[in-house]
Amino acid sequence: MATKASRSAARVMMAPAVVLLLGWMLVPLIMTLWFSFRTYLPLRGGDQGWTGFDNYVRFVTSSSFWPAISTTLILLIGVLAITIILGVLLAILLDQPMWGQGVVRILVIAPFFVMPTVSALVWKNIFMDPTNGLLAHLWRFFGAESVSWLSDVPMLSLIMIVSWQWLPFATLILLTAIQSLDGEQMEAAEMDGASVLSRFFYIALPHLSRAITIVILIQTIFLLAIFAEIFVTTGGAFGTRTLSYLIFQRVLESQNVGLGSAGGVYAIILANIVAIFLMRIVGKNLD
Amino acid sequence: MGQITLQNVTKSFGDVEVIPPLDLDIQDGEFTVFVGPSGCGKSTLLRLIAGLEDITSGHISIDGNDATDIPPAKRGLAMVFQSYALYPHMSVRKNIAFPMRMAKMDQAEQDRRIEQAAAALNLTDYLDRRPGQLSGGQRQRVAIGRAIVREPAAFLFDEPLSNLDAALRVGMRLEISELHKRLATTMIYVTHDQVEAMTMADKIVVLRAGHIEQVGSPLELYRNPRNTFVAGFIGSPKMNLIEGEEAGRNGAHTLGIRPEHIDVSATDGHWQGKVGVAEHLGSDTFFHIHETGLAETITVRAPGEVNFRHGDTIYMTPRSEQLHRFGADGLRMA
Repeated sequence: MATKASRSAARVMMAPAVVLLLGWMLVPLIMTLWFSFRTYLPLRGGDQGWTGFDNYVRFVTSSSFWPAISTTLILLIGVLAITIILGVLLAILLDQPMWGQGVVRILVIAPFFVMPTVSALVWKNIFMDPTNGLLAHLWRFFGAESVSWLSDVPMLSLIMIVSWQWLPFATLILLTAIQSLDGEQMEAAEMDGASVLSRFFYIALPHLSRAITIVILIQTIFLLAIFAEIFVTTGGAFGTRTLSYLIFQRVLESQNVGLGSAGGVYAIILANIVAIFLMRIVGKNLD
Repeated sequence: MGQITLQNVTKSFGDVEVIPPLDLDIQDGEFTVFVGPSGCGKSTLLRLIAGLEDITSGHISIDGNDATDIPPAKRGLAMVFQSYALYPHMSVRKNIAFPMRMAKMDQAEQDRRIEQAAAALNLTDYLDRRPGQLSGGQRQRVAIGRAIVREPAAFLFDEPLSNLDAALRVGMRLEISELHKRLATTMIYVTHDQVEAMTMADKIVVLRAGHIEQVGSPLELYRNPRNTFVAGFIGSPKMNLIEGEEAGRNGAHTLGIRPEHIDVSATDGHWQGKVGVAEHLGSDTFFHIHETGLAETITVRAPGEVNFRHGDTIYMTPRSEQLHRFGADGLRMA
């Protein structure tokens, strides 16, 4: 990339990709913004013109807005906590030399390859079914009353399902990070009199902090948009309506495209706030 | 105090015996260097003493107490690693404080020792930096500082200078020697560089394939190598080892003569050969001499600048009192 000619050639060659990606992002964004300022009820008269900020006000003042925000945050924090704590522990476990390491690692990563819809269905029907589910059998085996997971503890169930899907991702990233930990550092700490726990908290965990930040960043972006798992399991009932699910309901169930689009713009703003915070943390951690 | 004794120590990795039964005594305050070619087991031996590897059989005692089954932290030894093994997320101060913090030492005492170590190692201005912001030599000093503050019974150095450039290495060599003189603490130092061994050691332990070939002071090893391996390993450039007829004439299987113990002349001498490459160092000139009928190459060290050109005929005379005679088993003949 030294000469003028090669630089302009590079620009020309990159242009199609840049234009495509930009269009891919800008067209939906502009359409969302456009619809959010209009009264658009597809089955009740169609596009009925400008309404200014009415949709935005209605979306926020609706009684479902704040519960949806708190549901989103509970889901996000619950899944992040589980995947990171278990992910660190699993990564340390998988880093130990053992027989059949390759196979075990592939098995651990497997859930990540299952489509969200499929894994939610599997959990709903095979594990969490109150009469025939595996968990119900297990509960009855110990003489306990079987739990109606999705209606009695819907948020916990949802967090379990989503954590199961994302744990492999966290484990994988953390495992590669742990493998890059210098063995001599651990030995030096051992010579310095650090116990196993001190070595974990003073050496291993700080070493993992950057990887953990990256896991949080990536997972947050995807978890804010969780949809299939809710749609397949509870359908937004029992207080499992997240922000993205609320938007879906406004657009498709209430047939109010304008209101839903306004919600979408809020979601974009929320995601960007989170992203700015996280980028700052990442930026601090990167030397 | 720091007297370390190894009795019948062995180490095997699976079926491979890395250290065959080995005995060694290291006196309090001694600077002992383990030297040998790579893969000779010198680092393993150090790690056995440190406790980072379990010994397969035998006993290690430190200051008369059996330390064989004592975990590394409790042996009172401090180690400086080849990669320095500094904690990258901690400042220099916290790195140095780490062993004391683990020992739950009084904060005032910690600060005192850190100040002292930093002053001794010229680190005072860098205490709040991270290891990543330091040069190689400074990192090395931080690693030494982290070892000093523990006031250990002995220091263990595992090839600490091999990641430094040549000029820095000479400087750090002096600093470590100086440190040893000042602290008078036992130090065990592993290196593959015989120059480091010769310049720093009170006692050199030459190892090959886990065996101790010879133990002695640098000059003892230089003057009286016990066998051809030690003869070839200690000294730079290497001792010339001559086999065959010429050795037989001197009543030996192998005849050893150091390059600095051969006199050269353009007109007459004991041996004759053709000058190959000449290395001019200014203070000395090393000639690599071929077609001598003795060995493939004979290396000769001539003091100062001597004028021989590539291909010239050269005459050499060994100083007979400096000849080393070795038997067919490689051992020195009395």
